[in-house]
Amino acid sequence: MSGAGEGPGHGLGGRPTTGARTRSIAEAAWAAAGRDGERNGHGRTRLQWLMARFGRGTVIGIPYIWLLLFFLLPFLIVLKISFAEFRIGLPPYTPLLEWIEGGYLQIKLAFGNFLFLLDDPLYVVAYLNSLKVALVSTLIALLIGYPMAYAIARASPTWRAVYLLLVILPFWTSFLIRVYAWIGILKNNGLINNALISLGLIDSPLPLLNTEVSLYIGIVYSYLPFMVLPLYATLEKMDIALIEAAADLGCRPFKAFLTVTLPLSMPGIVAGSMLVFIPAVGEFVIPDLLGGAGTLMIGKVLWSEFFNNRDWPVASAVAIAMLIFLVIPIVVFQYYQHKHAERAEES
Amino acid sequence: MTDTLVQGTHSASSRPEGSRPGAVLRRAEARPIIEIQDVVKTFGDFVAVDQVSLTIREGELFALLGGSGCGKTTLLRMLAGFERPTAGRILIGGQDMTQVPPYDRPVNMMFQSYALFPHMSVEANVAFGLRQDSLPKAEIRDRVRQMLDLVQLGPFAKRKPHHLSGGQRQRVALARSLAKHPKVLLLDEPLAALDKKLREQTQLELVGIQERVGTTFVVVTHDQEEAMTMADRVAIMDSGRIIQVDTPHALYEYPNTRYVAEFFGTVNMFQGQLIEDEPDHILIRSDALANPVYVGHGISARGGATVWVALRPEKLAISRVQPDSPHNWDQGIVEDIVYLGGISTYHIRLDSGALARVTTQNLERMAEPDITWDDRVFVSWRHDNTVVVTG
Repeated sequence: MSGAGEGPGHGLGGRPTTGARTRSIAEAAWAAAGRDGERNGHGRTRLQWLMARFGRGTVIGIPYIWLLLFFLLPFLIVLKISFAEFRIGLPPYTPLLEWIEGGYLQIKLAFGNFLFLLDDPLYVVAYLNSLKVALVSTLIALLIGYPMAYAIARASPTWRAVYLLLVILPFWTSFLIRVYAWIGILKNNGLINNALISLGLIDSPLPLLNTEVSLYIGIVYSYLPFMVLPLYATLEKMDIALIEAAADLGCRPFKAFLTVTLPLSMPGIVAGSMLVFIPAVGEFVIPDLLGGAGTLMIGKVLWSEFFNNRDWPVASAVAIAMLIFLVIPIVVFQYYQHKHAERAEES
Repeated sequence: MTDTLVQGTHSASSRPEGSRPGAVLRRAEARPIIEIQDVVKTFGDFVAVDQVSLTIREGELFALLGGSGCGKTTLLRMLAGFERPTAGRILIGGQDMTQVPPYDRPVNMMFQSYALFPHMSVEANVAFGLRQDSLPKAEIRDRVRQMLDLVQLGPFAKRKPHHLSGGQRQRVALARSLAKHPKVLLLDEPLAALDKKLREQTQLELVGIQERVGTTFVVVTHDQEEAMTMADRVAIMDSGRIIQVDTPHALYEYPNTRYVAEFFGTVNMFQGQLIEDEPDHILIRSDALANPVYVGHGISARGGATVWVALRPEKLAISRVQPDSPHNWDQGIVEDIVYLGGISTYHIRLDSGALARVTTQNLERMAEPDITWDDRVFVSWRHDNTVVVTG
């Protein structure tokens, strides 16, 4: 962050606090902004000049610096560890670069961790299972989320706000607590089983918790808002007159949905599906708490490599491999969005 | 535009039938295609359409004219089937369509926003309605080509709507709504999104197309000039009610209410009392006018009743010479002159304080106007150019 970059920021805040140079610029900017019409020799106010000179760089720069510090750097560290070898010590892996005798710099890249992932079917199975679970969850979320989003988008404006609030409301509670709550609902002497037994529908409790069913319930429940919100955004923008035009031209409601509404809501479907699919692949907490003993998901494997086996290099390799798996859908998503944005621009 | 369309428009613009009583009689013999019977539509407490009855005849170009919120669009949407009447019946082609959903009605609509499907090409948009009828592919292709030729958009068949100009989109919408050969075409403010020049040209084009395809057109518009240019008959609506239905000529020259006189064209309106009520003439005294108003026919109002004298600006004459009649003139000061090229409008402040607008034609290019600002002038009119309305 440069001093000049901070200048306009403080100027806008009106309370310059750091550095004499910064203060003078900021005060000048503040004064210029306050006194309307006072301009410098170039016909623009000082603040405008500052904003033009540094404003854009600052606005673009801050998120990039953020990503660099908290995303790229940790990623590089993990990447580095994935090429190291396990050893007992601190840190628990071998260094990548080492000075050896004779002034040589030795680079040791251990590909063994990645080969090991292919070697042991556990990892491949876990990857494939994660993809399957994520895919099925995304489909279920889409099937539940689409009608929800559609109903919200077509509700009266007052109700629309209420429904949207209800969709977002679960975020007020911690994610972890909400997943724990599902244990209380699904366990053998939980809410559902007790209710069914007291109604006399069943004699012995149904095994709900720690099954595939409870896993899907957990994932779909947790990520449903991420499906509903982008779908709502696209459906709400859609001109009702298009549906009316389809009906007017002799198209029955369901066919009008298939030929007009569905294709036009494709960007929302893609966005929502990505927002559910990507985090679901790497999900750890839900399979750990709600999944069964047989539920093998890559997030869980990753966790046990790090914390049970304490094999950081293999764990890092698992993480890198998972990232690569996830990058593919993101790239597809980006490509689709880009194409859509282009189309929007043309119109 | 191209030759064929221009020809169409010429015959349209030169046809006097829209304003000729004979033409009205001929139309009156045509079969009714739409019969609206005592239709009411309420939204909560708001009465959008209030006891409307209306008959539209086959082959007519009919305009629903009114300000915003007058119920004209609601009435059109009830014809299309998007709204169900709260009470009353709607017959289309002699069949009760009141409860029939839009996709089973023999009418098509051209939307104000055009509502073109953005993800389909021009061709696919036009073919959309035909596909719903499961017509053979070859026939659909032929019909689409016919329609695109009709609106001069053949070369644009493969384009997406957002690659077209506003005027082209408007014509795609027209082609799409005509493709199914509907019994009635409903047009919701069809020209509102176009700029003035294009709008005037398109008005006549639309009339030309209507004459060629022979379909009944029902046009909703808020533009009085548009209704006059295009329509055979016009219904003027206000607050959910139909005030008057007639040819543009009759609406202009024989308005039945103050509202119609003021809405349909410009008018000088003076309130007065009926002081002499004879079968062959009446005399009206108005506080706004120095001399009594003489009209050479009787009206259906009692002596002493409040009436309004409606005088069209072009039917008033101004002069420096005092008329020698005891009736139908007044004097005042020229307050303003609005020069519009072909005509000029003089704003005359009468001695009573009322304002009279007088239009004169600027027939000579080099002529110096002999009446100018602050001149004292006499305003007069012929008794048979006076319109009297009672409400």
